[in-house]
Amino acid sequence: MATTLADDLRPLHHPHSWVTRYVWSQDHKVIAIQYSVTAISIGLVALTLSALMRLQLGFPGVFPAIQPDNYLQFVSMHGMIMVVYLLTALLLGGFGNYLIPLMIGARDMVFPFVNMLSFWFYLLSVIVLVVGFFVPGGPTGAGWTLYPPQAISEGTPGHQWGIATMLVSLAIFVVAFTMGGLNYVTTVLQARTRGMTLMRMPLSVWGIFTASVMGLLAFPALFVAAIMMLFDHFAGTSFFMPMMQSMGRVTPTEGGSPLLFQHLFWFFGHPEVYIVALPAFGIVSDLISVHARRNIFGYRMMVWAITIIGALSFLVWAHHMYVSGMNPYFGFFFATSTLIIAIPTAIKVYNWLLTLWRGDIHLRVPMLFAIAFIFTFIHGGLSGLFLGNVSVDVPLSDTFFVVAHFHMVMGVSPVLVIFGAIYHWYPKITGRMWNETLGKLHFWITFLGAYAIFLPMHYLGILGVPRRYYALGETGFIPESVHLANEWISIAALIVFAGQSLFFVNMIWSLFKGPRADPNPWGAASLEWLTPQTPPAHGNWGAKLPVVYRWAYDYSVPGAPRDFIPQTEPRA
Amino acid sequence: MTLLARLTEKSWEGPAPLDIRDRPSAGAVGLVTYFAVALVMFSLLIAAYLMRMGLHSAMGHASDDWTPMPDPPLLWVNSTILLLSSAAWERARRSVGGQATHWAMIGAMLGLAFLCGQLLLWRHYAQGGYYLGANPANAFFYLLTALHGCHIAGGLAATARAFALQSLRAIGLCALYWHFLLALWIILAALLLST
Amino acid sequence: MPIAVAITVLVVASVAFHLFSPWWRTPIASNWGSIDSALDVTLWICAAAFILLNLFMAWALVRYRHRPGHRAHYEPENASLEKRLTVWTAIGIAGMLAPGLAAWGKYVSVPKEAALVEAVGQQWNWSFRYPGPDGVLGAASVKYITPDNQLGLDPLDPFGRDDLLVESGDLHLPVGKPVKVVLRSKDVLHDFYVPEFRAKMDLVPGIVTYFWLTPTRTGTFDILCAELCGTGHHEMRGKVVIEPPKDFAKWQSEQTSFSQILAEAPPAAMSILLLKANACTVPASWSNR
Repeated sequence: MATTLADDLRPLHHPHSWVTRYVWSQDHKVIAIQYSVTAISIGLVALTLSALMRLQLGFPGVFPAIQPDNYLQFVSMHGMIMVVYLLTALLLGGFGNYLIPLMIGARDMVFPFVNMLSFWFYLLSVIVLVVGFFVPGGPTGAGWTLYPPQAISEGTPGHQWGIATMLVSLAIFVVAFTMGGLNYVTTVLQARTRGMTLMRMPLSVWGIFTASVMGLLAFPALFVAAIMMLFDHFAGTSFFMPMMQSMGRVTPTEGGSPLLFQHLFWFFGHPEVYIVALPAFGIVSDLISVHARRNIFGYRMMVWAITIIGALSFLVWAHHMYVSGMNPYFGFFFATSTLIIAIPTAIKVYNWLLTLWRGDIHLRVPMLFAIAFIFTFIHGGLSGLFLGNVSVDVPLSDTFFVVAHFHMVMGVSPVLVIFGAIYHWYPKITGRMWNETLGKLHFWITFLGAYAIFLPMHYLGILGVPRRYYALGETGFIPESVHLANEWISIAALIVFAGQSLFFVNMIWSLFKGPRADPNPWGAASLEWLTPQTPPAHGNWGAKLPVVYRWAYDYSVPGAPRDFIPQTEPRA
Repeated sequence: MTLLARLTEKSWEGPAPLDIRDRPSAGAVGLVTYFAVALVMFSLLIAAYLMRMGLHSAMGHASDDWTPMPDPPLLWVNSTILLLSSAAWERARRSVGGQATHWAMIGAMLGLAFLCGQLLLWRHYAQGGYYLGANPANAFFYLLTALHGCHIAGGLAATARAFALQSLRAIGLCALYWHFLLALWIILAALLLST
Repeated sequence: MPIAVAITVLVVASVAFHLFSPWWRTPIASNWGSIDSALDVTLWICAAAFILLNLFMAWALVRYRHRPGHRAHYEPENASLEKRLTVWTAIGIAGMLAPGLAAWGKYVSVPKEAALVEAVGQQWNWSFRYPGPDGVLGAASVKYITPDNQLGLDPLDPFGRDDLLVESGDLHLPVGKPVKVVLRSKDVLHDFYVPEFRAKMDLVPGIVTYFWLTPTRTGTFDILCAELCGTGHHEMRGKVVIEPPKDFAKWQSEQTSFSQILAEAPPAAMSILLLKANACTVPASWSNR
């Protein structure tokens, strides 16, 4: 219950040994790194699965080891890992943990012990997830949406044990996230240092804060859906299971509603998109502002847009269900609410562009990633309008257009921000600089390669190529050229896949051999660059907490001697 | 400052107040945030309950396999115990020193009694043949009471910790939590009794 | 600087890809041209935004690149500019939403004169059923299924007797006549998807879903499953044949009705069939007669 506001260091948990410092650590920075390393490790598994999928799609029949069951398992595990275990965990558990206390001037999270538990529960959920790969029948192949009845019915890979480990892992993840999320929200509300008003917080904090609130309110839907499906699977209930045939026999279940699961799933699933997007929005705003040496344009509008997007995203979930068989009249409401969200989202894009406008743009590696994000996000955001616009969604749903859209908007875009953010804060986290050439090479391969993968997919989708198909086979409307496109997409994907090694080589090499970094190499104004030590020590601020006198965006203020004024500098 | 004033502050202008003493404690903020989480979870379950029951025929799911469970007197007994438990906690919150610990102990004991009563209720139903898998009404009953019971058990664990730390503020938070669980139980019991 | 060039090149390349790539909508074969035009409107508005925003970004990257002595302009916000952008965005959004909702309005209102046909999905194939001369599909449920009654028709429902069953064959539809496709699944979720029709809808076990269309072009088209339904998802194919009404009538007259199947069933199979039915309530239509 200790608040971390007091200047004295007593309330902090002081580690006494290597184990309590780096393993059972309650320091938010160590926990952030534990979260990030775990998330990136499991993310690499998901990345490998995507390479395997592309091998099958690009060169069908060449790899006999990939059977239809395997393909569906790759699809399902890739999707779930990327969305939940990589992006959510990395953006909130990783960046949220690292940045919130540093950016708002706190010594640590308000509940450090709960924060530590959060990581260990997350690790447990990842372990249970990985166990799913080795149970009889393999992991689930029901798609990341895990729709019943197929998820727990014969005919779907992993319907016996794979789905059970998946659901248990998700339930544990929700518990882990809830502990973390309560920390992030309470810390932002309660532990801001003197002078740090809500509207003086950097947009990164706003994005992470809003996403945490959303996560707290959205993940319970996934939790109850997982528990209910476990009941259906093991206890013979029929929450979601209708009377149906399974491999020639009529099941004992009766009256359950598969649509009930879909409503619960998407009540979580849609906010989840913004749980990933909002931290990315916030972080990229800071990247653009710092490297363009200009205050983020329309800061207040940016904050309002973040909160409005967060609130509205709870009213749009059924746009994933236009052709699900739900009452079709819901389509009118959900299409309208979905397209209304486009307005605050567009305002954010305008303000990023207007921040570049009349700026003083330094094209360092983090900025390159931020610019690439704007490009891919514009593309992915606009293609989302097709899918939200109810009747336009009818021909496009469950085609490659959907795959292209969500990869562009919540795959490539947040990942570009994550890379940008890692390059941006790496000097602070490690005290070392990375290699510029390797960083740029990594950037170009990732950006151009990702666009080459996903642009053609939109057109395959408009043609009508369905998603989640192991093989297209002989289909009248699919011309030979589509197979050629799939080959090229796969080649691009494999190049991007291989290109990521540049990132890891750069990061690991720089960790040991990189030149010592300046405490504030980009000339940033926000608090995290003003710590007395680099990397920040336990307790972050030494003897005295910083006092904040201005917002985080005083760049190129007329009359100021330098082109930035740190937040801690008193007003004249 | 009102929330609206805070969120429309032109933070690039002028100085802002440096005082931060008006904030509630971290524990209270965290607890109230958790109430929101639990409230969403139970609301979704209640929505699912009503939809599965067939009230929401707009979804096209007018299911006829729903057989409501009987409402034994034990349900009323348990509810009364929880009510008394909450009252004891309130008494503890308003008392000082040893008195507070005393009432908190009574509150916790009554909480434990409620949990035991719920277990008895489960046994009672099981003996009557109302198994989990037999009917969706049963399934929802067991699911809702189990989740609520988990929250009570969590509260008891927190209480034990508060006693161990001799923390008076923790007693206040426990009382708040107990009231929340009571309100939740009243909603759940009303739902179970009325359908 | 290379990034500005790259952004410009990507914009030009995307437009070129759109114009010259061989992949676009399949030629339409139904009345859902309104969906296509809603897509076109959405596309034009989005393309304009995509080109304008990205070219503006590329220009700004060149114009405001870092040079010695250059300093950024300090301007926290510009309320009137932001307001104008918001209004223009809202207009663009409304412009694409209107045709989208209008097309959806048509999609959800089935014309009264529409003929009925049922598509039944199971892992991993399609069957079809026509209502027969009475124009009414008889009651059906998973619980009635026997080896001789694969579609699970209620043997006691007289409306089902004249239903025509197509258990391993193509779906035939007459050109130019509106048809309501009623969808039923025997096991898991499926989705009835014919790219040339534009329309699609999920099959949900436990409930009956539907959509409607008017075929406008004769020919044979693939039916695909567009909702992941297990290992054989990609092999769950069917064919729909759109033909002139005369050919359709001739084809229909060659199909087997449920009463024919009942008549041909051996007594043992028949008793299983009736046993299943007796376990259930007598349909309302039966008691009325």
